[in-house]
Amino acid sequence: MSIAATTARQVTLATGKSKDKTPVSLAFLIALWFSMFFGVLVLLALIVNTAIDGSTRFDSELLTNYASIVRPESSGFRAGILGSLWLMVFTALLAVPLGISAALYLEEFADPTTRWNRFVEVNLQNLAAVPAIVYGLLAVAIMALLGFQNAGIVLGGALALALLILPVIIITTREAVRAVPREIRQGSLALGATVWQTTWRQTLPSAIPGIATGTILGLSRAIGEAAPLVVVGLAGSVLFDPEGVMSRITALPMQIYSLTSNSREELQQAASAAIIVLLVMVLGLNALAIFIRNKFQRSW
Amino acid sequence: MSTSATAGPTGPSSGTGLSAAVDLSPKSRPGERVITVVLQLSAYASIAITFGIIAALIQPVTEFFSEVPFGDFFAFDGTYAVLPLVTATLMVTLIALLVAVPLGLGAALYLSEYASRRARKILKPTVELLAGVPSVVYGFFALTFVTPTLLQEILALDVGFTNALAAGLVLGVMIIPTIASLAEDAFSAVPQAMRQGSLAMGANRMQTSLRVVFPAALSGVAAAVVLGMSRAIGETMIVTLAAGALKQFSLDPRDGMQTMTGFMATTAGGENPVGSVAYNNLFAVGMLLFVITLVLNLVSISFVRRFRQVY
Amino acid sequence: MASATSADTFPNMSSLGEAHVDNERRLPAKPVNPVMETRDLNVFYGDFHAVHDVNLSYGRHEITAMIGPSGCGKSTVLRCLNRMNDLVPGARVDGEVLYHGQDIYEKRVDPIAVRTQIGMVFQKPNPFPKSIYDNIAYGPRVTGMKVDNMDDLVEEALNGAALWDEVKDKLKQSAYGLSGGQQQRLCIARTIATKPDVILMDEPCSALDPIATARVEDLMLTLRNEYTIIVVTHNMQQAARVSDRTAFFTARPDETTGNRTGLLVEYDLTSTIFSAPGDKRTEDYISGRFG
Ligand SMILES: Nc1ncnc2c1ncn2[C@@H]1O[C@H](COP(=O)(O)OP(=O)(O)OP(=O)(O)O)[C@@H](O)[C@H]1O
Ligand SMILES: [Mg+2]
Repeated sequence: MSIAATTARQVTLATGKSKDKTPVSLAFLIALWFSMFFGVLVLLALIVNTAIDGSTRFDSELLTNYASIVRPESSGFRAGILGSLWLMVFTALLAVPLGISAALYLEEFADPTTRWNRFVEVNLQNLAAVPAIVYGLLAVAIMALLGFQNAGIVLGGALALALLILPVIIITTREAVRAVPREIRQGSLALGATVWQTTWRQTLPSAIPGIATGTILGLSRAIGEAAPLVVVGLAGSVLFDPEGVMSRITALPMQIYSLTSNSREELQQAASAAIIVLLVMVLGLNALAIFIRNKFQRSW
Repeated sequence: MSTSATAGPTGPSSGTGLSAAVDLSPKSRPGERVITVVLQLSAYASIAITFGIIAALIQPVTEFFSEVPFGDFFAFDGTYAVLPLVTATLMVTLIALLVAVPLGLGAALYLSEYASRRARKILKPTVELLAGVPSVVYGFFALTFVTPTLLQEILALDVGFTNALAAGLVLGVMIIPTIASLAEDAFSAVPQAMRQGSLAMGANRMQTSLRVVFPAALSGVAAAVVLGMSRAIGETMIVTLAAGALKQFSLDPRDGMQTMTGFMATTAGGENPVGSVAYNNLFAVGMLLFVITLVLNLVSISFVRRFRQVY
Repeated sequence: MASATSADTFPNMSSLGEAHVDNERRLPAKPVNPVMETRDLNVFYGDFHAVHDVNLSYGRHEITAMIGPSGCGKSTVLRCLNRMNDLVPGARVDGEVLYHGQDIYEKRVDPIAVRTQIGMVFQKPNPFPKSIYDNIAYGPRVTGMKVDNMDDLVEEALNGAALWDEVKDKLKQSAYGLSGGQQQRLCIARTIATKPDVILMDEPCSALDPIATARVEDLMLTLRNEYTIIVVTHNMQQAARVSDRTAFFTARPDETTGNRTGLLVEYDLTSTIFSAPGDKRTEDYISGRFG
């Protein structure tokens, strides 16, 4: 009996690593690999396919011309690109200060009792998962309250996108702030600094990389989003540059969306090329966020 | 007796004369007060958004139901019937989950059980990139590649120009990171000791992953699936483009069918005057969508809390 | 109950007198005109009664050590002395903490003002992620101290903490580049830069090696001339080496709940505590027999 057990153990030891090399476990590992890389392969297929479709239109007119149905071969996305940039700036202006202020209050000032915290936590997590299109409805209602008949302007679009990314900014800012060690705060408070001085001079500067990462990721989500913009009534195409917050605009994803209903070959190609432009913007922001995270984030 | 414990030879300590020199009275810090109030208002405003959404929806929704009876809304037929939209949403979501659940969980298992720390540092953001791609881009891809090339040409399926299958498949790819990320958190939260116990008993890594780690993280897996479902239900542009704008009740994924979000996007983009019944219909569907996703989100959050509590 | 406790706490009261004056420093048996004093101090964390009826006085220009087994509430008492306990959620303080006769827990007292008078050095060195210079200048800046020349103040504080010679060429470099012992002395320098009256130290050397510890101890003895120092330590030799007076705490389990509540056992001149402790528990603890 005991001899058998010993032998069995020796066998197991002898085979050691190769336990993971049975056909079944290898198949399992391959399945996991497949799961891991399937999405990436789809993304590659998407990019390659779109780039090929749009390859005829990688010219400067794509960026500098307005949309044109009369001359589809030189139709461009100037209005959409400018619109998206304007939206990004105003979304950031609305959402970033508000989000950071809210996060700082919740982390550094608010009542720390578990019940209140749990309420806040659940609330924010839910808001982060509310469908984007619902924020469009909320933005329409707020614009109406503010007295705007037409919400399809810079302000309306930026409001919808700001509402959309606000929970993301709050959540990531809270995480970044929480990662700053307690000892730093205590050191500051013990010197006679106030809570706000401690927050402003110690916690916030240390949390900046994390906040920047979260904010940029939020903004990259915002400029790719079309659903809330459809709801606030952003145009699919305009033939002028944005001039101010009250200016009617379109956005790059809106322009792409509106082109899908048009089956003209040239316009499909233009849409493909525009998608590459949008992907460069969005993935570029993603890369920037990851770069900041890896380069500046301090591990305490 | 009890007071003499701290009393010095010259009597109570308070007689030092120095006390007047030390000013401990509160300083007024008006700037600080203002800042605190501003921060507080920001926080409350942000949290109030949940209630803001409900408030924004309530007025058009009540107006809608004052003109359209409940029964006409929760019906399969008729101008204002919502149930075909709901079944279409469920159909697309189901297809998406069939794609995203196995792939998302597989990726999560790989990341937490097999990948080295360095590999994880690269692979995680790569997978998360999938969620960063704008949904209009996915929609365009479904419409111009998945349906005509993949489904019609390569697989020779008899699908329509718009169909639930293409929308569901692409939507599934989009929510892989949602599921993978939350599930990986759950897998990683399983204590190392449980793995070592299993490995010590002679199980290999596959057996450990499937029989120890996976069951131990079950509530986290549930949270991930439910959150993925909520995301799929709320996603708009893919389904608007790829599943089509035809409101119909169908159980055939090869058909085009309009989902709730697809309906909202189409209606909002249309020419309905503000305040008209058709326009308010948008808010009624929006309210239903909000309630459904709210419930799913709360379920997911409570599952997450459960696995955070256990370990 | 109250009289029982005080008898418990000061069993050798009756023998107080000239015999207990410290040979070296010639200190009176009890602090005269103490800088700080706690009266019937009780601290609760939620429902948990952490510290029971602590009566202590801290003498001017003296080093008072607080010793005792882990969890007996030393840090808790220390944190009460500059209202750092305010920052602990659920913490509640009963009784009085007098600073120059003024109860710092009184309603009209500003905790910020208290902390500028009563500085604190922590167990783990916690320099700010800033330059050495900015670490020192931070306190004066935030408290709005009137400073004629910040450079002079920084030099003075670093000199006061016996760190100037080591860092004078790298004031603009990050404080994180310093060794653990240097970081801790930087934290002390940072504290004295705001010109406090009292310095609280919670196990300031427990994260340091013996050489760094010796330097900090020397520093404490120098600082005693200008400041009043209250130090929590687990190191009995340290208490014996640096402190003028020693308070010994222990934790007593509650009969009903089993919660361990901290209380003061004995307070006396350090020489007395270490040569002729009046309480069996002190003796056991000091001689290494944990009780
Ligand atoms: N923030 C807190 N919340 C709840 N309980 C606490 C907190 N801080 C301390 N306690 C409890 O109060 C008691 C006294 O803790 P304290 O840290 O004052 O002990 P200590 O004597 O400093 O111990 P040590 O020598 O280990 O530092 C302990 O039982 C501890 O668990
Ligand atoms: Mg302690």
